[in-house]
Amino acid sequence: MSDLRDLYQEVIFDHNRHPRNFGPLPEANRHADGFNPLCGDRLTLHLRVEGGVIREARFEGAGCAISTASASLMTEALKGKTEAEAATLFEGFHHMVKGEPVSVDLGKLSVLAGVSEFPARVKCATLAWHTLNAALKNEPEPVSTE
Amino acid sequence: MDDVQSLRRQFPILSRQVHGRPLVYLDNAATTQKPLAVIEAERHYYEFQNANIHRGVHALSQEATDAFEAARDTVRAFLNAPRREEIVFTRGATEAINLVAHSWGRSNLAAGDEILVSEMEHHANIVPWQLLCEATGAVLKVIPIDERGALVPGAFESLLGPRTRLVGITQVSNALGTVNPVADIVRKAHQAGALVLVDGAQAVAHLSVDVSALDCDFFVFSGHKLYGPTGIGVLYGKRDLLEKMPPYQGGGDMIAQVTFKKTTYNELPYKFEAGTPHIAGAVGLGAAIDFVRSVGLEAIAAHEDALLAQATRLAGEFQGLQVIGTAPGKASILSFVMKGVHPHDIGTILDREGVAIRTGHHCAMPVMDHYHLPATARASFALYNTPDEVDALFRALRRVEELFLK
Repeated sequence: MSDLRDLYQEVIFDHNRHPRNFGPLPEANRHADGFNPLCGDRLTLHLRVEGGVIREARFEGAGCAISTASASLMTEALKGKTEAEAATLFEGFHHMVKGEPVSVDLGKLSVLAGVSEFPARVKCATLAWHTLNAALKNEPEPVSTE
Repeated sequence: MDDVQSLRRQFPILSRQVHGRPLVYLDNAATTQKPLAVIEAERHYYEFQNANIHRGVHALSQEATDAFEAARDTVRAFLNAPRREEIVFTRGATEAINLVAHSWGRSNLAAGDEILVSEMEHHANIVPWQLLCEATGAVLKVIPIDERGALVPGAFESLLGPRTRLVGITQVSNALGTVNPVADIVRKAHQAGALVLVDGAQAVAHLSVDVSALDCDFFVFSGHKLYGPTGIGVLYGKRDLLEKMPPYQGGGDMIAQVTFKKTTYNELPYKFEAGTPHIAGAVGLGAAIDFVRSVGLEAIAAHEDALLAQATRLAGEFQGLQVIGTAPGKASILSFVMKGVHPHDIGTILDREGVAIRTGHHCAMPVMDHYHLPATARASFALYNTPDEVDALFRALRRVEELFLK
């Protein structure tokens, strides 16, 4: 089961059981809905962006352990980041979960590196990030991983 | 039924390993594995008979035509359809339903007409009717299901009205395993002047179907859920209906004569078989039906019922595990959720134990909405599954518990 432990790290269980920044954000000025039609996971992301900087990020929805933990870790990582820095993080995160070389420091997000060994689960890990992209662009239509 | 071990030896894929564990294949409602008889039939066709059908004067074309048409006879007998021209080969059940919705629907429906489907339908028996309703102004009405996953008693009868033109109903639910009283539905629909299309995709591998006795107007199924190849399926339709329906697709084989002034169409069933069909697939489907009939559907049903009973008992003893779909007399499907663990995570962990199940919405999102669930895990059984494999499923579920809920 060692490879399963690579995927399901303790940090991931912790964020799945106790997601951080979970719930509505009344003062948000950016929102987006994400949907993974393969598994039915749904996620709503709320952001408060001021002067190009993400001040607050919260999420709601139901998903698997990987997508929930990924969303939770993402909201933690985003606070205080500029939109450009967030885009760079997403790029690095995407490379990591696809098993490609990463040139940025992903910090705590690197606990999701094990996903690269489970190709069927990459979309679970990236759902929150695709939703972030949509929120930053203020896209009205729900974003889909498909 | 024959000894299950000797049946398993006829399915080469069952001896392979997955992640270093013996494969326990419990995703049969998605697609079944293929016996040697089917693999060899396709191989034989391509090695010795391959040619295009219905046109060539050469020997191979004649042999290929004979093999393709023999498969049609095999399907006719399997469904106990009155006539061979009532058997139309399609790519699968989905295409067969789309054919009926498009061809029958657009030439017969008017604004305000009604189509009834059940809440437990596969998307393939929902979306073609929605498209038809958009095109014609007809209205789609839904027969609700209850907490067990059975049709709400009396709901169908109260929805059936003077504007009901067609009832689309699955014989066995792919998400829940519920077996619907299709004979009763056909009888009542006919009394109300409505046609019935039975989606047999999930049924044909588990219970014997007699479309003559059932008296349904259309019946569809896919080869690949019946131990046959993918890409081949069947539409059965009553001849009088098929005769009056316009072609679904235009092309070769479906015509009698083509001029730029007027084209006349071929006779049944060729009117609905435009283009070169999946000849090898039809041959493989014929072999699959011969295989299933040699094992015997009654014996297969008894075997699967025992596996489902064992799985249901073990599920009942598993704290935190809830079975979704508890209608009496279910067929071979155990859909479930586990408290505190998302089905997608269950699927990944089981996979590492060699156990293949399906997780997700099973192309039946309205069923998921009914139970307020994003997804379920689903184990589905076939003639080659064993009691040991059911035990392996639950051993793997204990690993999920260890990992997630320790």
